[in-house]
Amino acid sequence: MAHEHKLEIFRGLLKFKSNTQKIWGVLIFLTIVTAVEVGLGITKPEILTTKTLIGMKLLNWIFIVLTLVKAYYIAWDFMHLRDEKSSLRRTIVWTPIFLVSYLIFILLFEADYIYNVYKDGFVAWNF
Amino acid sequence: MDTTVTEENVWGGGNRPLGASYGKLMMWFFIVSDALTFSGFLASYGFSRFKFIETWPIADEVFTHVPFFHGNYPMYYVAFMTFILIMSSVTMVLAVDAGHNMKKNKAIIYMFLTIIGGAIFVGSQAWEWATFIKGDYGALETQGGRILQFVKADTGERAALADFAQYLPGERAQHDKNVGVWFEGEAPLTSFSLEEVKAGFMADPNILIRTETITEAGEKTLLTREESLSKIQDARLVVEGANLIRNEYGSRLFADFFFFITGFHGFHVFSGVVINVIIFFNIILGTYERRGHYEMVEKVGLYWHFVDLVWVFVFTFFYLV
Repeated sequence: MAHEHKLEIFRGLLKFKSNTQKIWGVLIFLTIVTAVEVGLGITKPEILTTKTLIGMKLLNWIFIVLTLVKAYYIAWDFMHLRDEKSSLRRTIVWTPIFLVSYLIFILLFEADYIYNVYKDGFVAWNF
Repeated sequence: MDTTVTEENVWGGGNRPLGASYGKLMMWFFIVSDALTFSGFLASYGFSRFKFIETWPIADEVFTHVPFFHGNYPMYYVAFMTFILIMSSVTMVLAVDAGHNMKKNKAIIYMFLTIIGGAIFVGSQAWEWATFIKGDYGALETQGGRILQFVKADTGERAALADFAQYLPGERAQHDKNVGVWFEGEAPLTSFSLEEVKAGFMADPNILIRTETITEAGEKTLLTREESLSKIQDARLVVEGANLIRNEYGSRLFADFFFFITGFHGFHVFSGVVINVIIFFNIILGTYERRGHYEMVEKVGLYWHFVDLVWVFVFTFFYLV
């Protein structure tokens, strides 16, 4: 671990006095985000389930974005990537992001194609 | 003068572009490759789900149980598990922090709490598996492998097979390996036979069939009584609970991915707990005190946080989306 801790989160909006305090702050933030996710998952507001963006419900987009937010704070504060050299951080973060985006794009596109083959084809699947 | 020294260091491998020790760097390499493995699993889950987007089970209707409580509580328990894992991540960070400041006793306490959190999580996951395998309502499977579930018409609640199936006296016995000529057994018999479920369904006009297809409103299609009466003729098999071949929740791949991904994650948590225990005893024995630094705690900490990180994604894609 680098011997200096960066004690600001939300781009300097929130400053903590010590590393321990920052960890508790991040815990509270992550708990709130999880609570929001579960709340939305249980209530399923109609406005979010009926509207879609790029073929997916708005609600699901919110879940995915909130997940990425949580992942960011786990990696940056718990795994203290915030305190590491930027070269290490970039190596670790951008490699998977690039590979995974590619994989997701290609698999979901293909899956949608197969879905249409099943749907429009002449073979019965439901009997 | 200064440049010569640097150049010698560069040629001699003295350059530290990433500013991390060997062990830590290797842990990060492992984590990145493991992250790619999990991404592969989750992406293939997405593949299968998009392939069967109209018939995929709805997670809220599958994971509705909380230990010691009866009733319908979608997602509360998983949310609790998520919180436990994040909490144990926090105690892990605090243990790393204590180690960093060479506070042995504090590190011991926080490591212990981390292990407890991990154990609670693994236990919860085992319970989730047991509930999932046991199933709760039971369903029928058609010739085409589609699942038919039952709903009470008056209340709109799900109907368990036991709620309406009739008991028909019969001679059907479990076929065991030791009685057959070719030493082949059969799968355990379900609590009701297909005939019993069918007879009960015919006798009770309050029972309707629910198919796998999801409507525009995001709910499963409910058939009318007439449609249900014709649909039940397609049924071939009674399905209770889940295994790797079929499950009562819907698409067969759903249970397969559930077992595979949460199982692989659970295995990671389990090995994380084992490694944490080893480190815990090492701290007690004073190994790191003598070594002069607690970097080992930090390295297992990275692994432990990674397990937490993966769970955040599993939680989203299995239970929320």
